[in-house]
Formats: sequence, structure tokens, C-alpha cells
Amino acid sequence: MSELIQSSRVTGLTKINDFVVKFANVNGSGSASANGMFAKAVFRMGIPISPHNIFPSNIQGLPTWFEVRINENGYLGRREGVDLIVAMNEQTIGKDIASVLPGGYVLYDSSKTLANELLRDDVTYLPIPLKDICLEEFEKPTQRQLFKNIVYVGALSAFLSIDFKVLTELVSDQFRGKEKLILPNIHALELGHQYASDNFDCPLNLRLEKSEKNKGKILMDGNTATGLGCVYGGATVAAWYPLTPSTSVVDSFAKYCKRLRIDAGTGKKKYSIVQAEDELAAIGIAIGAGWNGARAFTATSGPGISLMQEFLGLAYFSEVPIVLFNIQRVGPSTGMPTRSQQGDLLCCAYASHGDTKHVLLFPANPSECFDYAARAFDISDRIQSPVIVMSDLELGMNEQICDPLNWDDKSRYDRGKVLNAEQLEEIERYGRYLDSDGDGIPYRTYPGTHPHKGSYFTRGSSHDSYAAYTEDGTVYAEVMDRLTLKMKTAVNYLPEPEFSETTSNKLGLAFIGTTTSAINEVLDSLAKKGITPDTMRIRAFPFHDRVTEFFDAHELVYVIEQNRDAQLKSLLKIECNIHEEKMHSILSYDGVLITAQHIEKSIIDSMSDMDASGEVPA
Amino acid sequence: MRAEKYPRKTAATMSYINKPKFKHPQMQTNDIGLTRRDYEGTLTTLCGGCGHDSISAAIIQAAAEMSLEPHRVAKISGIGCSSKIPSYFLSKAHGFNSVHGRMPSVATGANIANKELYYIGVSGDGDSASIGLGQFCHIVRRRINMLYIVANNGTYGLTKGQLSATADLGSRTKSGEESQFDNIDMATLAIELGASFVARSFSGDKKQLIPLLQAGLSHKGFAFIDVISPCVTFNNTDFSTHGYKNTWENHIALSEVDFVPMREEITTSYAAGKEKEITLHDGSAIHLHKTSNDYDPSDKENALHHINAYKKQGKIATGLLYINQSTSDLHELQETVDKPLNSLGNQELCPGSEALNDINNTFR
Ligand SMILES: Cc1ncc(C[n+]2csc(CCOP(=O)(O)OP(=O)(O)O)c2C)c(N)n1
Ligand code: SF4
Ligand SMILES: [Mg+2]
Repeated sequence: MSELIQSSRVTGLTKINDFVVKFANVNGSGSASANGMFAKAVFRMGIPISPHNIFPSNIQGLPTWFEVRINENGYLGRREGVDLIVAMNEQTIGKDIASVLPGGYVLYDSSKTLANELLRDDVTYLPIPLKDICLEEFEKPTQRQLFKNIVYVGALSAFLSIDFKVLTELVSDQFRGKEKLILPNIHALELGHQYASDNFDCPLNLRLEKSEKNKGKILMDGNTATGLGCVYGGATVAAWYPLTPSTSVVDSFAKYCKRLRIDAGTGKKKYSIVQAEDELAAIGIAIGAGWNGARAFTATSGPGISLMQEFLGLAYFSEVPIVLFNIQRVGPSTGMPTRSQQGDLLCCAYASHGDTKHVLLFPANPSECFDYAARAFDISDRIQSPVIVMSDLELGMNEQICDPLNWDDKSRYDRGKVLNAEQLEEIERYGRYLDSDGDGIPYRTYPGTHPHKGSYFTRGSSHDSYAAYTEDGTVYAEVMDRLTLKMKTAVNYLPEPEFSETTSNKLGLAFIGTTTSAINEVLDSLAKKGITPDTMRIRAFPFHDRVTEFFDAHELVYVIEQNRDAQLKSLLKIECNIHEEKMHSILSYDGVLITAQHIEKSIIDSMSDMDASGEVPA
Repeated sequence: MRAEKYPRKTAATMSYINKPKFKHPQMQTNDIGLTRRDYEGTLTTLCGGCGHDSISAAIIQAAAEMSLEPHRVAKISGIGCSSKIPSYFLSKAHGFNSVHGRMPSVATGANIANKELYYIGVSGDGDSASIGLGQFCHIVRRRINMLYIVANNGTYGLTKGQLSATADLGSRTKSGEESQFDNIDMATLAIELGASFVARSFSGDKKQLIPLLQAGLSHKGFAFIDVISPCVTFNNTDFSTHGYKNTWENHIALSEVDFVPMREEITTSYAAGKEKEITLHDGSAIHLHKTSNDYDPSDKENALHHINAYKKQGKIATGLLYINQSTSDLHELQETVDKPLNSLGNQELCPGSEALNDINNTFR
């Protein structure tokens, strides 16, 4: 075996700053922080990376993968195929080794010999006796287990030429306050580095070179940014029920509130977080607080969204502001709880029975998660209706390189149309649902404002302009029409679509959210083939007029999304009346982030089909 | 301060419906210059004689006598005939008729947003003991500072008389449907789950109900009152344990309460053992008249024992069943700031760009 290993080594792939390293681990083995350290080290070397966790819905014992794409061009989407696998999981090692591209590398724990059937002659094996090294060097059983992960990171630093100083700094940063842990961790890194250097030609042909591409950037996950956005956006009430992958939104809100929202004089809290008994209660609490003038939110995912439907209809019809974060995962039902999808578009756009419609925001990166979270509260207060921020597991739970978070100190919260006691004094007769401004948005009052003016009865049953119960069909229809007008007005407060420079091309690409990460790569690659489509990144629903204009200006638009049923395309059909022939769906719904290769192939295939039938343009 | 004497066992189906608004110049004003009219709501749309209208009337009287500022109250309900009650009192207060069974969560959120208002939650036995039982249990556990009333008629009035989960085993509705299951007793459930004020009363017994409402409003913490409130249309037969007849005949007060607002001097003295004065957090007081020497409403086990013992004899234990003044409410537990959360603005809430830059640096 060792002969084969030695001989295959020479044929290794040569790639600099452009490859995929995948870690295959067992859930609960402590690999996450070691793998994260690897990703962060590459980031600090200035080379763009995009790490993706592929993890089970389980606490201990099942397979988990961490995939890091390294790409000097800044392509942050996923790429199929693995250049180097760190194969630490005996349950999956066969599949893991099979996933390596010809010419790639397999790092494994050689304390146990590799079964013959796992040997390929087109990859290079990097055997490291991780278990044996740790047995010899460390005393405690937990250390022996955990440091195996650190040792392989150390070995990788030799193989891939990671700046060792960057790693030691990372260890110091990570264990600040727990200084006792710094030395053993650095020791483990050194052990790996040493072993690799002594036994192999280091670095490999697959290696890293310092770059400047990450200047000014940060590496953060979307849920952390979202929780922080809620702090900056003035949220004071969070109610939630734990549900992957939304849990870390509230964790982040709690963490930053503890730091930033404590009253200096009294030590008391300028926020309240309630772990509710279920999602119904979570959204009910948010609605009660929103009604009473506090900025309130809840965070959930598919199953929670299903439970919240009735309350969403109440908030829509009785016009109560709340912010809801939907960190989408794979449905239907429990689906694949730890995989990502854009599968809740239709059920959120029209959540609840009857004629309803809700504002949706589609962030595409952590900076936008921060911005949209904060902005969602302004929008929701302004339009007095729920705002649903549609993130997904991919964006929420994976770190991503993005611009630093930004806050304008001159900005002020927009609390929308709220009347205070003095303003009420000047009004002859207050009507909660009167459209005085003709924009569909009425004026609201908070409970307790004025001794005898401004009170009203909020209800989910049909009501007139003065909030009185009515079964008069005409009055009901007037209210419904006003709500339609209000949603039109809402568009003015939403982020506009983002367009590439128009080349007056016949082809367009339309997409939302995490699909964005693949687009630059698609465009560069298509350009080499002489295809240069325009792009439109939709950032909010209801759609802006410019969305329709984009379709009008192009002969064919590829609508790219991550669900089975082309939900974005359906929404475009329903809302913008876009003809079926104008749209071509590109779909991906296997639970992992859509890749540029898939998009490009779909485009090329469809174009050759169309060429053959002589139908549409190229 | 006790309500006028109400003749028991007479007008079995009587209720007191609001009169049209008309202010008599010499109408009695309370301490803040308001008359009873200022505490009324819109005209009821419930069936004539419905117990729920008596609850509205009792709340009106209780609030007027206490000189509550109507606009400092928020009224929240679910769905049902009972959940319409908030329309019929305190029209100067904001109200929120939410969705079926979910009043507790809406009330929780409202209370968190502004701790300075009085919160009155009104619900039905269907609303709170069936679809909303989970939310009921959890609002009790969360110790929201509010008065929670269940207008309990043993049936779903609004959907035309199906049996509810509070209907006693063997109780029969007008349609003849008989309850085959054991009932849920909201009062004992509330005591077990940690409510700090639990009472039971009867919509027909204004004399008992009004001081209980006042005490519940003054109580700091979660105050629960299970009010038996007959549905004259669907569940007022001689075979219904929630009808007027059975309730008049079988409700027994474990402890009667007099409510003494803060401003009044307390003069009466009581015989030791049977009577007791309890000062509430806002300075008002309740005078407890106990029916037996060994009834102690501050003893949880004892209270549960008495209620269950009476139930075995077919009796309904009413009055103040349990009180504990030493619990903290959610705001105290969470240590929220003194100012209401809904009054905090940019200045108090936004950490600003400098803090954000520091945070950015932790992600480099
Ligand atoms: C989700 C939902 N399911 C069912 C109903 C129908 N519904 C309305 S009120 C009610 C029962 C009300 O009973 P209760 O709370 O005891 O009030 P009551 O009318 O007896 O005062 C039901 C089942 C509803 N409004 N919402
Ligand atoms: S149906 Fe019953 S509960 Fe409803 S209003 Fe009539 S009497 Fe009251
Ligand atoms: Mg009922």
C-alpha cells in the first residue's frame, strides 16, 4: 500500500489559491473549531474562501462535512468536486475518497491501515498517524480525541503552505481568557506541521499564496449579522421557539444585547427575550408587543412558518407591525432540517387564509442580513404590516466573506404614522383605519396615549375605518382595496432590484438570495463562450416596477432558484403577469447551495435545445 | 366599598345590560371625576341574559369604583362570545380581539412592551381550556402582571353549544349532549402552575365578583378569575352544572372578599381566625372573611384540598381561593429597565457605528 501511496504522490494536481478542501468528520468529535480555524487562517492570508457546513440533524455520532472553497477570483459559490479530503470518518470514508477529483489528495489517519478497496491510483494519499501522535503526546482522553483535529490542521499548514504565524495568532485569539489552552493547541499544530514536513515533500502542488483580496472584508455568518441587525434596528422584544437553522439569530441577538443593551446606571435590560412554548406563542408575543409600540421579532424556519399562518393573517388584516425571520431549510414537513433551500417563497408571500400578501426581503450576504434586519423594523412600522426576511440555512449558518457592517449614526428609526397625545387633540374624530393620506397607510396610536381620544378596538374580523365590526360587504371590500394600495405603497420603502450594467442583451438572469454567490462565476465563464446575459438580483417582494421592466427589455430570462416548483417564477407570473415563454427555470433543490457549474450547464443545454428547434435567441 | 346587596336566588337569568349613553348632570363622579358612563363600552350584541354581559357590567363597576383611568388599561381577548366582552366595557381603553385561544401570547407581548398599563385579558372556556390550554399554562408560568378572566359557561357559545373541556362529567347541554369526560378545572390548574392570585366567582353574584375583580387588578402578578357565566341559549338546563340554577344552589364561598381602595382608611376590625386583612402592593387592601377556620388562601395544598373536597360533594368552591404576594412578575425576573420598552428610542437602543466597528474587527 505504502508503495502505491508513494508512487501516486507525484501526479498530484497543481493548483494555487483555487481548490476545494473538504473535511469529513463525525458529529460531536470537536472538529468544528479546528476546521473553522483552518478557514479563518486562509481568510487571514487574504485569499477569498467560502466555507459550507453540511451537517446532520443530530448531536453526536453522525457524519458531518465542512467544505471550504478557496478561490482567488472571489467565486464564493459552491463548486462540485474535492481537491483535498481530510477523511476522518470511517463510516463515510469510501464515499469521501470517491469524491476526490482525479489527481487530488486524501489526508487520513494512518494509525489504522486503510482497507485495500479504498485505494485509488489516481489520487495522492497523505497518511498521518493522528491517533498515535496524540496518544503519545497528550495525557487526557479528551485531549487525545480533540487534538487529532488540531494536528491535521497543523499538517495542512505544511501541505498547503499556510502561514504558521497566522495559525498561532488565531489560537491566541480563540482562547483569549483561557490562556492555559493556548500552548497545548499550538503544540498540536506543531506536531502536525512537523510530521508532514518530515515525511512528505511540502508544500504540495496544491497550495496557498498570500493575497490581498480580503482587504477590508469580514468573515461572518448571516444569523449573527441578523441578530446584530435587530439590536441596531431597535428591537426590544424577541420571542422564539428553538428551530434549526433559525436558533442562532436569537442567540446572536441575546449575545449582543448583553453587551450593548444594558442600562449603564441601573444594570437593567433594555430588551426582553422570551423562549415561547411554540411558534404560535412566539409570533403572538411579537404581535402583542408590536401592537403596543415596541419593535418585536421572531425567528423561525419552515415548520414554524406553517404554525404562524393564522397569526400572520391577523397582523396583515389588523395592521400590526412585526418582523419575522425565516431561515429557510428543506421542506416539506420536517424535510432535511439541516440543509438549505429557497422553498418558502409562495407560502410566505401569501401566508394565511383569505387574500393576504406580505413583504419579503431577500438578503444575499451577511452585510445585507444586518442591513435588512435593521431596515425591516422601519419598513414594518411604516407600512404597519409583517415583514418577513427570507434568509436560508446556507446564508444563516455558514460564514461568508462580505463587506464590514455599516451604520449611519445620522439615521433615525422610522416609527411610521403614530399619533401622540398632542396630535390627537387636534383631530376631530380619530379613525384607526382611515386613509387620510391616500397611500393606504392609516394612523395608529399606542395604548395609553390619551385619556379620551385615540382608543380603538383591534380585531381580525371585518372592520370599518373606525375599527368597528362590520359585515357590510362594501365596507369590507373597501378595506381590502386599501390594503392592496398599501402594499403598492410599500414597494417605495423596499430595497430595489440590483442590476448588472445593461448590455441590451437579449438574455437575462434573475435570482434572489444565496443564488447570488454563484453568479459572478457563471458570468465569467459564459463570457468566455461569448454569452453575456444581463442580471437582476431581486431583493424584495412585492416586486418593484423595474422587475417587470427587466423582463420587458429581454427576450428570455433565466429565473434561477433553489426549490423544485419554480416558486419565484410563479410569483413573477402572478404579480408581474410575465409570460411563461419569457422565463426559463433553472432549479436546484438537493439541499446544498446551487453551483455555478449547474447554472452554466443548464443555460448551455437549454440554448442548444432552442438552437435545435430554432426558437429563441442566443 | 362593597357593592350593593344583590338578591341571591332571585333573577336567575338576569344580567345588567348597558344603557344608551346619556350623562345625567348629577351623576355620581369618582375620585378622578369620571362617572360610570365613562367606563362603559359599546352596546352588547350578546343574547339577553347571557352571563357574559354581567361580567362586563361588573368590570365597569369595579373599574369605576377604583377610579382606574380607562385609557391606562389594555383589554385583550381571543375568540368566542366571551372574547367579545372587552367591547362592552371601557371604550376609552385600547382593545385587541385576537385569534382563538391565543390571547395569552398577545397579552404577554403587550405587557412586555409596556409594563405601566393595566392588562385585562378576557377569554372563554373553549378559548382557554381547549384550543388555548397550552398558552394558558404558559402565561401562568410566565407570571405576567395582569388580570385574566375566563367567562366559563361549559360550552362553546359562539359555535352553538358544543360541550367544552370545563363541562363536568355528566353535565348536559340544551341539545342533550352529555359530557363523558372529566372536566378541566381552570382554577386548580392555575394554582398548580404557579398563579399568584386565583379566584372563582359567578357572573350572577356581583357582590362577590366585583371586589374580586378589584383585588385581581390591584394584585401585582398573574391574577386569574374563573367566572362561571351561564350561556342562556345553549347550556342553562337543569342538567347543566354551568347553568344558573346549579350555580346558585351550589356555589360556596371559601372566603369572601371586601376590597378597600388605597385612599380609604381601614376602620373595621375583625374577629381573629375567621377574618383577615391583606394589604396589596399598591396600598389597597382586601378583607377576607373565611367560611371555615382552617381555610388559608395562602396555602396552596390546603386550597387545592378544599376545592377538590367540595367538588366531590357537587359544590363549586368560589371566592378568593389562593393568594401569594411574594412572587416576582416577568419584568422583575428579566430585570427590564424601569421605562417601558416601547418608550425607548434611537438614543437608548442603537449602539452606534463606533461599537459596530469594534464588532467588525472581531470578524477579521
Ligand atoms: C382556529 C379556530 N377554530 C375554530 C373557531 C371557531 N370558534 C369560535 S369561538 C369557538 C369556541 C368559543 O368557546 P368559548 O371560548 O367557551 O366562548 P363562548 O362563546 O362560550 O363564550 C370556536 C370553536 C375559530 N374561531 N378559530
Ligand atoms: S350563545 Fe351563549 S354565550 Fe353566546 S351570547 Fe348567547 S348566551 Fe352568551
Ligand atoms: Mg364557553
